[in-house]
Amino acid sequence: MRYGDVDVLDGVEFNVHRGEVVTLLGPNGAGKTTTIEVLEGFRVPSGGAISVLGADPAHADENWRARVGVVLQSWRDHARWSPRGLLTHLGRYYEPYSTPERPRPYDVEQLIALVGIEEQAEQKIRTLSGGQRRRLDVAVGIIGRPELLFLDEPTAGFDPQARREFHDIVHRLSDLEDTTILLTTHDLDEAEKLADRILILAGGRIVADGSADQLARQVTRESQVRWSRDGEQFVHATPDAIGFVRTLLGQHDDIADLEVRRATLEDTYIAMVQQHETGHPAQAATAFEEIKP
Amino acid sequence: MNPTTHAIRTGIGRGWTEFMLSLKSPQDQGFYLFTSAGVLIYLFLNRNDVIEGTTLTYPTVALPSILGGLLVFSLVIGPAYALAMEREDGTLLRAKAVPRGLIGHVTGHILLNTLSLIPSFLVILIPGAFLFDNMMQNGLRGWATVVWVVLLGLLATLPIGIVIGSLVPGVQKVGTWGMLPIIILLAISGIFSPIQGLWGWAQTVSQVFPMYWVGIGMRSAFLPDAAAAIEIGESWRTVETALVLGAWAVAGAFIAPIVLRRMARRQSGSQVEAAREQAMQWVR
Repeated sequence: MRYGDVDVLDGVEFNVHRGEVVTLLGPNGAGKTTTIEVLEGFRVPSGGAISVLGADPAHADENWRARVGVVLQSWRDHARWSPRGLLTHLGRYYEPYSTPERPRPYDVEQLIALVGIEEQAEQKIRTLSGGQRRRLDVAVGIIGRPELLFLDEPTAGFDPQARREFHDIVHRLSDLEDTTILLTTHDLDEAEKLADRILILAGGRIVADGSADQLARQVTRESQVRWSRDGEQFVHATPDAIGFVRTLLGQHDDIADLEVRRATLEDTYIAMVQQHETGHPAQAATAFEEIKP
Repeated sequence: MNPTTHAIRTGIGRGWTEFMLSLKSPQDQGFYLFTSAGVLIYLFLNRNDVIEGTTLTYPTVALPSILGGLLVFSLVIGPAYALAMEREDGTLLRAKAVPRGLIGHVTGHILLNTLSLIPSFLVILIPGAFLFDNMMQNGLRGWATVVWVVLLGLLATLPIGIVIGSLVPGVQKVGTWGMLPIIILLAISGIFSPIQGLWGWAQTVSQVFPMYWVGIGMRSAFLPDAAAAIEIGESWRTVETALVLGAWAVAGAFIAPIVLRRMARRQSGSQVEAAREQAMQWVR
């Protein structure tokens, strides 16, 4: 994918399997939205091969469109409509695409309850708060009971409470509806909570791919051991923390404040984001280089 | 169930909902009342003027012309603003994200704009009937003419609005690319004063565009046949009216879908975001 002469995405290669929840994680400007827009079929890539639900999204037909749900970063349309009216209207488009195993559209009342906007269902959409509006956007994204759902920064601007409720919705969708979900976020914590698998995007490339546990294990080859002795502080980095501590305790019997800490995924991620934001996306991309399996 | 017919049916539902919401909206009610009051006051102030060479008063001749002008104005400016705004607020993208949503969306627009002509005509026609004598002089035959002129005028002008709305770079530019040309056409299309008083080239220009023809079509519906004497060639030129409006309708039916599709293809979330940021940046 290129803008003018700059390749903004280069070597983004990944597979998402049915029923998986995959997070595209990366700092702002890493290419997350571009990637997701290419997959949604809203943007034509300058090169590369893409297959989403068996079709090239740029040339896919309306039957393909019926199987995909899209929640974009921000929407402020249909200000005069009510959530119930809008969901009923948009749901109607999906009626011809209903199948016995995937009845379309979703029942509007059930959906309103699922995203928790029962009390606002008859209000004008422009009177909804940011969080309520976002939940409506999610409801619109899943009204057609999609097999694959794209969520672009779904929790941007959420308070912690709304964020937790949103995470519940995502879990329910993937558990109950067997929906495959691809979402973007720049928040590692969110990625860890939601995703079966995390793809980290930096400098237009995928620099890490794995479950939160796998990624954590990859970055934590070394541990920091801290202790004090005679009021003096010591720090030592070692790949074999247990062996080191055993030796340490064997040699001295006046060790205090012993602390063994692994470099966390968060440490590595934040280091990468910092490099990205200080204008070194290429170096940022290499932050995860050494930790690839 | 044919999915395209289904989408069109869904779009009809959409147009109806939009129409109902518009009737309930104080903003739209205000617009109807404002145009109504403006037109009626203007006509009332000139109620005693007699058109040269006839016994007809100015309001009798100008009212049908103004209805024609209002039709063209609403059907070009309405969709142009709506589409430009929908590109910025994500409505179009929403339509694009559902299967055959654009078909339904455009159907909704066509129905909404057609239905909206009813209140905008009624708020002028009903008080007009009380204020001015002999508004409609041709009875049922005249109303039948109104219907076909309105429908053909609709087909001729709505696509222009869609094309302008699809091509303008942003909502703020609808004024330059939509409003300005329409106001110029309004001035030279014989809506407020007979076209024969204008320079020759202006007469030629105005006869290329639908505004003049919708105006003369409306006059032919409301005024007695003898009043044709005030027109170019002393005739209503009904055949020419149908031909010019028909030509615009055919051209529009070809061009508007192409332009609309091209514009819709470029719609993406980041484009909506960029448009919004640009819209907020008034000073550049």
